[in-house]
This record gives sequence, C-alpha cells and structure tokens, in this order.
Amino acid sequence: MRIGVLALQGDFALHARALEKCGVEAVEVRKPSELDEVDGLIMPGGESTTLLKLIDAWDFAPALEKFHGRGRPIFGTCAGLIILAREVESPRQFSLGLIDVTVERNAYGRQRESFEASGVAKLDGGPIALEMVFIRAPRIRRVGPGVQVLAEHGGEPVMAREGRVLVATFHPELTDSTAVHRYFCELVSRSAIAP
Amino acid sequence: MSELNGLRIADRKHIGLAEMLKGGVIMDVTNHEQAKIAEDAGAAAVMALERVPSDIRKDGGVARMSPVKKIKEIQKAVTIPVMAKARIGHFVEAQILEALAVDYIDESEVLTPADEHFHIDKFAFRIPFVCGCRDLGEALRRIGEGAAMIRTKGEAGSGNIVEAVRHMRAVVSGIRRLTTLSPEELMTEAKNLGAPYELLRWVAKAGKLPVPNFSAGGIATPADAALMMQLGAEAVFVGSGIFKSSDPAKRARAIVQATTHFKDADVLARVSEELGDAMVGIETSKLPKEELLQTRGW
Repeated sequence: MRIGVLALQGDFALHARALEKCGVEAVEVRKPSELDEVDGLIMPGGESTTLLKLIDAWDFAPALEKFHGRGRPIFGTCAGLIILAREVESPRQFSLGLIDVTVERNAYGRQRESFEASGVAKLDGGPIALEMVFIRAPRIRRVGPGVQVLAEHGGEPVMAREGRVLVATFHPELTDSTAVHRYFCELVSRSAIAP
Repeated sequence: MSELNGLRIADRKHIGLAEMLKGGVIMDVTNHEQAKIAEDAGAAAVMALERVPSDIRKDGGVARMSPVKKIKEIQKAVTIPVMAKARIGHFVEAQILEALAVDYIDESEVLTPADEHFHIDKFAFRIPFVCGCRDLGEALRRIGEGAAMIRTKGEAGSGNIVEAVRHMRAVVSGIRRLTTLSPEELMTEAKNLGAPYELLRWVAKAGKLPVPNFSAGGIATPADAALMMQLGAEAVFVGSGIFKSSDPAKRARAIVQATTHFKDADVLARVSEELGDAMVGIETSKLPKEELLQTRGW
C-alpha cells in the first residue's frame, strides 16, 4: 500500500513522516499522473489560495475528482479541507465539493489567535484523546446529512468524514500521536482490498 | 510552550505556521497593489517592508519598519499570511507589529539595526519570529531566543545568489558535522559555535534544525529558487528579485512553479522561458565591507 501526499505547497513533509511512523510508504505527489501510483491521498495544510493556483496550473482538479470517483480515500487537513469542501466562505472560492460541508477560512483570526486544545475523537474502536493544533484555522459552519462528525471543539465539528473523504480543521501531523493517520491508513487499506 | 532537552523553544503552533509555508515563496511587497500581484501569482505569504532591499542599498538612510497604514492596507488586500520586518533589537517595532496582528515578524538585517549587541527576546511575544543566519551557530542562537523559523541571509538586494549558497551550505554542512561528533565533543563544539548545548545535542541526534529553514537574499530567477531548494532550503524569500524585474507578475508565477517543481528540469526550463529581464545584479565580492547587510546581527 502506498499513500500519496500532495506536495505542491504546505506541510507535506510532516504528513509523510506520520505515514512512515504508521509503517506505510509515503509518496510525494506533484503532478496529476502521479495519482495513478497511490491508493490514497493526503491534502496537507498550507495556503489554500496558493494551492488553488498550483492545482489550476497543472489541471489537477479533474484528476482529483477521478481519483475520488475510483473509490480512493482522501484526507484533507486545514487548507486541504478547504479545497475538498462543498462550499467555502470568506472569501467564496473554487473547491472540489467532495465532502458536503461549508467552511469559513481563517475563521478564528490571524496567527495571534492560533491555539492548541485537547479533545476527543470518535475513531474506530472508541474515543481517543487528541492534542489539536489550530493554525489560522478554518471553521466548519455546516455539515450535510451524509457527513459523520468525528471530533468537536467548543461544540463545533473539527473533524468529519463522508464515505472515503476525511477532513480536519486542526493538524494531527504536528503532534506525536499517529491515531488519526492510522485511522486513515485503515480506510485506505480497506478500499484497496475492495474491488 | 515547547521544550527540547529542557530548553524552551518557540511554540508548536508558531513552528507549525512555518511548516505550512514550506514549498512556498514569500514575496517582499511595499504596498497593497504589489501584495495583490504577489497573491495572484501564488505567493504563500507576503513580507511588508518600507523599501525593497535594492532601493535601501541605492538610497541609503535609515531603513525602518513599514508604515502602519501600509501594513493595514496590505492585510486588507490579501488572505495569505502577512509578515513584516522589524529592526534587529527594536522590540517596540515588534510590539507594534504584534498589536497589528501581523502573522510573522522578520527581525531583519535588511533594516538598519536598532541595537548593536542584543536581538529581541522573542518569547515575550504572542506572534512568531523569523531570523536570518549565516551559519549554524547563528541559527541556533536565534532559535534559542525563540525564533520559530530560520532563513539563511544571503545578501539582500544584490540579485546575486552566491551569498545565499554560501550560507545554506554552511548551515547544512554544520548540521552534518554535528551528526558525526561523539557526545564528549559536543560541549566544545557548542563553545566554538557560540550556541546552546541543549540545542546542539538535539540537532546532532535529529540531523536537522528544530524549526524550518528557508532561504533568502539574492534570489532573482526560477533557477535560483530551485538551486536553493535543492541545496536544502524548505521555502524561499524573494525580495527585490520580483518587483525590480521587467515583468513582476510573470516572474513571480515562474518562481512559484520552480519552487514546487524544484527537482524537475523540464518544468524549470519551461517556466524560465520568456521571462523578460531579471534585476541587474551586483558582484558581492566587490562590495565594501560596510555595505554588506549580512554582517548585521551576530
């Protein structure tokens, strides 16, 4: 099993490290054709405005839609979530619409307002305590009926899943815990077995 | 609060923002029009400053923090992070930048130093700092003071990559050397480098700095950006190189592509085509010592 990490811009290196800690081969993806060689994809945090320019320049959007259509799992953190969402606010911008949520960008404020919190995620096998690092983070403002909320902070969803798309507004790759990455690897390994 | 071997370093959320900027280009801008051009070209962040380094070099005089009004206009114009420069040791400029909620402060040798002996105590602030360095010792001193990101200095406003290469190679080979030392050699190495022993021990084991390491000072072409990335930079700062060229938007887009696809020579060749004229460079070895910006700070 190989999992790709979109390496156009952002904290792809830490996601790759987390995957390797889970014993999974991580592959940096910089061109659409490289998606053919991986079983799942992580879209890391970074600047969504920048990422969209690079996605556009390489015509990545149709390739990502096809990847999702083939049943391949995708995990987006922060900017990755913004690109995967159905709707984006402040400002409104293009997104892939692969998970039925509405997100507001930089919704807590600038870097001065970035923060850490502890929380609990409902992953396979019961609740798991997580350290959550929020960096110029977005907020999930609406969750569609098919979306399962996996973790909350202050009564708001911060981690969610719809089918094979997993998203988080915080950064599990910045902590020592690999619980969220293991959960995603499990998703990928199940989908790789399925026809 | 983060710790390494019992020594305090910058907060995880601040080092984390530097992680988010990796593989990106941070562009110097002096007003909101330039900031918008930078964002549209794919900049990962912009750096607000009063004058770009090549103008500081040409016009002389005291170079200070960007005017507050300009910073606010830039913040209003873009959604990407806005950084701003403060003079070395000028902690009140830093306090003002904190009040403005800029996303990163660059305690920068490009501006005229306010203090000849002391850098800012960066732990006293709720926003992160990036600092320049020329070698590993200087990098570790700044990290020890709380810098959440390091950038090699290069020679700002020169359009000449040679100093950036020198400084990046010095840091990378300094780190490699540490990994080969035996435990009893590390304290003497800490004394020679003038760097905190606890940090040295951590770097010797990890084989990297505890914060991201970017490159600055002299990048003028897509090839320059890719060169620094191949030498070990995790992102690049471009100052005069963009807005002193003949077609800033085009050059900015090309440098963004080159920074992402830094190992792909076909992409580098394609984006390097029809760029217009690069800024005119300076032979840095001909510059008198007192005109060098990189020797500011210690």
